[in-house]
Order: sequence, then structure tokens, then C-alpha cells
Amino acid sequence: MANNEHTITIDGTEIHFKAGQTIMDAALSAKIYIPHLCHYPGLTPSGNCRLCVVELNGKDVTACTTQAQPGQQIRNQTPELNAARMAITQMLFVEGNHICPSCEKSGNCKLQAMGYYLGMRDEHYPQFNPRREMDASHPAVLLDRSRCILCDLCVRASREIDGKNVFAIAGRGIHAHLIVNTVSGKLGDSDIAVDDVAANICPVGAILIKEKGYVAPIGRRIYDQHMISDVAFDEHVPEHKEHGND
Amino acid sequence: MKTGQSSISPSDKSTRRIAIDPVTRVEGHGKITLLLDSDNHIREARFHIVEFRGFEKFIQGRPYWEVPFFVQRLCGICPVSHQLAAAKAVDQLAGVDRLTPTATKLRRLLHFGQILQSHALHFFHLTSPDFLFGFGSDPVRRNIMGVLEKHPEIALQGVKLRKYGQQIIEAITGKRVHGTGTLPGGMNKPLTTGWRDALLTDIENILLWSGNAVKLNEQIHTANPEHADFATFPSNYLCLTGEKGELEFYHGGLRARYPDGAFIFDQFDYCDYRQILREEVRSWSYMKFPYLHQLGNDRGWYRVGPLARVNNCDRISTPRAEAERKRFRAYGHDKPIHSTLAYHWARMIEALHCAESIQNLLHDPDITGTELVAEKGDRRHEGIGVIEAPRGTLFHHYQVNDEGIITRANLIVSTTSNNQAMNESIRIVADKYFDGREITEALLNHLEVAVRAYDPCLSCATHALGKMPLQVELIDAAGERVHRLTKDSTGQYVS
Repeated sequence: MANNEHTITIDGTEIHFKAGQTIMDAALSAKIYIPHLCHYPGLTPSGNCRLCVVELNGKDVTACTTQAQPGQQIRNQTPELNAARMAITQMLFVEGNHICPSCEKSGNCKLQAMGYYLGMRDEHYPQFNPRREMDASHPAVLLDRSRCILCDLCVRASREIDGKNVFAIAGRGIHAHLIVNTVSGKLGDSDIAVDDVAANICPVGAILIKEKGYVAPIGRRIYDQHMISDVAFDEHVPEHKEHGND
Repeated sequence: MKTGQSSISPSDKSTRRIAIDPVTRVEGHGKITLLLDSDNHIREARFHIVEFRGFEKFIQGRPYWEVPFFVQRLCGICPVSHQLAAAKAVDQLAGVDRLTPTATKLRRLLHFGQILQSHALHFFHLTSPDFLFGFGSDPVRRNIMGVLEKHPEIALQGVKLRKYGQQIIEAITGKRVHGTGTLPGGMNKPLTTGWRDALLTDIENILLWSGNAVKLNEQIHTANPEHADFATFPSNYLCLTGEKGELEFYHGGLRARYPDGAFIFDQFDYCDYRQILREEVRSWSYMKFPYLHQLGNDRGWYRVGPLARVNNCDRISTPRAEAERKRFRAYGHDKPIHSTLAYHWARMIEALHCAESIQNLLHDPDITGTELVAEKGDRRHEGIGVIEAPRGTLFHHYQVNDEGIITRANLIVSTTSNNQAMNESIRIVADKYFDGREITEALLNHLEVAVRAYDPCLSCATHALGKMPLQVELIDAAGERVHRLTKDSTGQYVS
């Protein structure tokens, strides 16, 4: 491409971008996969999972929060970056209780799929085995905090799409945890509904629709059939709901 | 706390303590202690399960629909049995009393496949080396590879029988080991016509090979007096049977018989199992000792599994297996057979019944139906699922709160029910083969054979190319080690 005013280059491939797009937006539009867990097109990027870190002109930046600028030279699929992504993924695994063999999210879990994508063979780091509160107080939605990776997607989806404010992240650093914005702190006292985006956007098994586990047979789950890198391009949250659901 | 049926303890100065450690793996590690009196006679045998599993505890706090896939990880050989027992309990928790015909038949087909593969593994891979080469033969050859070399036709039939059962499991659960399949009130996918047709292609061979296995066991058992007499002792027997007293693996009422064959009870609703069963805890083992409450802990222990089922049932619903059951019964003069090694003969009769039942189900139009899940009713707070697993009656009992979270669980697995019987078998074998002076290779081999009759999980490493590490120590009454025999990881014995 002769005109680079609206192009960037990722791993040697020059792609167009639209004004205002992030590097992640541009890459996804061009069907170039940059690993990510906390990004979801249509939601404000937060840059907190750090998996989408790419090398831009010799510096590490998060692709989901960095604006695309003409002429950027970006390195994405490098051994060093993927090694760092693997370490991050392994840390996410050990920080929670991710027991894939019995987890109902298995096969549809982005964390698990990311592990497969990166060639993760073990967890490497010592298990934290955290004891975190399970909240089953809602009749249709289950919150299992032991699997939460603090991606913040439910927080943003509830506020930006559902028009509610069900979730928040409280605490800092290792003490950060997902809370429910009710006086009791219980999901059952919130106004979350089963078809809210926030109830369905969790990339892992932290927020689940009750009694729907294992309905998809082995072989027909998303990541039984596809690598996470192949199905990341069609995702987009629905339009903002003015009043949310009941 | 009771400490067992004998008053003798290892610290008793009048006894000697012999530890066989490890005898093999029980999802980890098992150990035998033989307690001798001052005359060097076996006074008591203790089969220790030293690995703590903890499933009953750590499923507390989990949602009830997750349980079948959590607890199936108890075992790599019979996970389907745990999944199905839990699924039956989960059906009740979801308010479902009756599944669709297709779901019921898919679960039954799955269970027949599971028992077939497990029984094939148990006999061909783990037991046949003992039977074909002799209990005391060279351990380097006494394994499935040795059978493949010396008796390739028998070994290959066993391997293919197991493979066929695993294919059924894969067809229904998506994987040969630890798949999914059951849902509260049903199943998650139908059996495709492609899978059905593929399975039907091989069924005649499966029937033939299952029948051959029964004949082989009958021949071995009846031709070798040592087999008939090996660890033979009278016991009670417990299992599920169908409404008409037929052999039944998936659903039925509890039946128990005295050693002479008289009923202790029959068609007892398993949801009330706590009325008839108690579990005794002994300080030296993580495995409990269940017993029939009405007979007390001294007389109330019982055996479960193939021998119990074939002894207990009045008939088998499929013709070839029923004919073999009648031969089995005739051999026992129409009374219960108490020989521990007859477990294997009964096991292969059941494998034949599985093969016949699989054929019937594959020809049933319902098996490829698509009505898979029954409508849920009102959530209940308690669910009890009981099933006949390959090794015997398996109890899964769960309680949940209003939010669907498990608050209490009780699992009585088959091997637990056979706990006292295994101790008794070991005691009898040790008493017969211990020379009063030292542990011999022959004694070790015979103890392993006794345990293996009940459960290959306890001896799965034994035939791993003959390389099970095994150490036996002889400790005198003063607590001094006077002899040690070790079988190392190459199968060699070292004094």
C-alpha cells in the first residue's frame, strides 16, 4: 500500500484502520488475531488482562487501549510476547480455582481456549487455591468468584449495555475482587436478568446461567471446534439498552 | 471408636506385625498388615486405604448440576458409574421422576458399555495373567503383554471387548473417559444412526468373545481345585435386582441374602438405605466398613459385585447369559457360591449379558430418538442415586439448599462395601500360605490375587508389565524387623 496515512503494519502485514480505532479494533477488522481476554468489541476497553500487549516501535503497549496511528510498526506474534502471554495465562489459572475437568464452562471457556492457543502444558506456578464466596442467591444466575479473572467485562456490560450497575471491582492488587452493587452484596438482591449481557459475557465460569451446564455435548462446544484465534472476529455486544431488563 | 473385629492391636506384645507396603495403588497407595499371634498364626488382616480422597467434603458448596462431572473423577476405570449414580440423584433434585424413553435407554446403553469395558479390563488385562500362567509364575511375564505373547487370541479378544465398551461410552458422552452426557432429567445428545450402525457392525463378535470368556472362566474355575477353594468363605450378599428378581444394573430394589441364600430383605427402596445400612469407622483405615444394621457390625458385613449379583438374582433377562447363570448355579448346587475367584466367572457372565443387552438396545428405535430431557418439576432438597457399578452397589446421596448448592454428600462406593470381605479374604489366604517364618514371593502373589478378585483399582499397577514396587517387612513381637522382601520397579525380588 502506497499511502500509509491510514495504515499500520502488524507483523509485516499492512492493514487499514479507521480514525478513532485502536490497534485491536483495526487488527480484528483485518482478521488479525491479537490474544485478549478482557476486550470485547462494543465495550470500552480497559486494558487490564495484559494479554494484548504488543510491541510498538520498541515499546510494549496494550493493543486494546492504544489508538492506531498512521505508520505504526507493530510486532504481535513474537516468541517473547507469546511467552509473556503464556505466563499471564498461567498466573490467571493459579490465582483462581479453574478445575477444567469438571467445570461446566469447559469447551466454551476463553481462559481454557487461550491456554490451548498458547500451547500451555501446565500451570507452572504454585496454586493459590483461594477460598472465595459463591453467590447462588439469584434464582437464575450463579456467581462463582473462585473462577473470576477480574476481566471487568461484566462490570462494563452491565453499565454500558444493560443500563444497570450490577457489578464492580473492589480492592486493589491481590485483594481485588468482584462485588455486587447491592446493600446485601448478594446477586439475588440485584436487578440482573438472565438475558442481560452482563450475565452472559463472562469469558470463564464465574458468572453462569443456572442449570444450563453441560447442555452442549463434547464436540459441539465452541472451542472443541475452533481455536480462539479463529472465532474472535465475529464478537460484538448488542446495542445499549436504555432501561435494561426486568 | 471401634478398632476392628479383633482385640489384638499392633502394639500388643503377644503379636507380630507384618506390613506389606505398598501392596499396590488405590488411586495412590494401599498397604496390608498381617497381625500374628504368639504362635505365628494369622489373627487378623488389615487392608489399609491410606489415600484420603475427600470428595464428599469438597463438593459441598458446589451447584448440584455440576456434581456428576465432579464425582466421576473419583475413578478412571468406572467414571460412568459415578456419573450415572450422581445423575440419578440429580434427577430427583431437579424434580424429575421419569426420564424420556430415549434418555433412559441411552443411560442404560452407556452403563452396559461401561460395565463391559470395565469387566474386560478386570479379567483380561489384570486377572488373566494370574489364571493363565499361575499365581506364582514369573512376574516379568505375568501381565497382559505376556498373555498377548503366549495366548494372543485370548488377549486380543479382551482388548477388543474393552475397546467396544469404550466406543459406546465415546458415542454417548463424547469421550472414552470422563465425558459428559447426563443432564438433570435426561441426556445432552442423541445417539447418531452412524454410531448405532457402526456399533452393530461388531456386535456379533462381541457376543462371541463374551461367550468365550465365560467358558474360559468356567473351565479354569472348575478344573482347578485351588481356584474353588481360594479365599472361600460364607458371606451375605447385597445388590439391586429388577422387580422380578432379574439381574439389574441401572435401577431396581435392594436385595440381600444370607450365606445360605435365604432373603434378608428384598426389593427394598434404596432411597431408604439409611434404615438398613450403617458405616463403621476404624482408626486404621480411611475406608469405612458398611454393614447391614439388622445383623450388627459383626455379622452384617456383606459382599457386592458380580458374585453378589449372580448369586442374588433369580434370572437374567437375556438368553445366553441366563443359560450361563444356570450353569453357574448348578455348579453351586443352586446355592450361593462363596469362592472369591468365582467373582471372575460371574463377571464374565455379566459381560455376556451386557453384550446381549447392547445388541437389543441398538435395535430399539428409541435409542436414536431426540426427546432427551424430561420437564423439570419442583426442586427437591435431597437426592439419592443407587446403581450397580462394575464392582458392586454404588450409593450417591446429596442434600442441597434452596439455592441448589450441595450441603451434604455421602458416597458408599462398591469397594467400600467389600472392605470387610477383602480383609477376610486376605486373612484366609495369608493363613493358608504363610509358613510362620517369613514372607515369601508366593504369599505376596496370592494376596494380590485375592485383592484383585474384588477390584482392579487396588491392583492396577500390579500387572503394569510386572513392575509394581512392593515391600514386605516381617517384624517380630519385640518390634524388630527380622526379614524384608522387596519387589522393585523392574519386577525383581530383593531380600
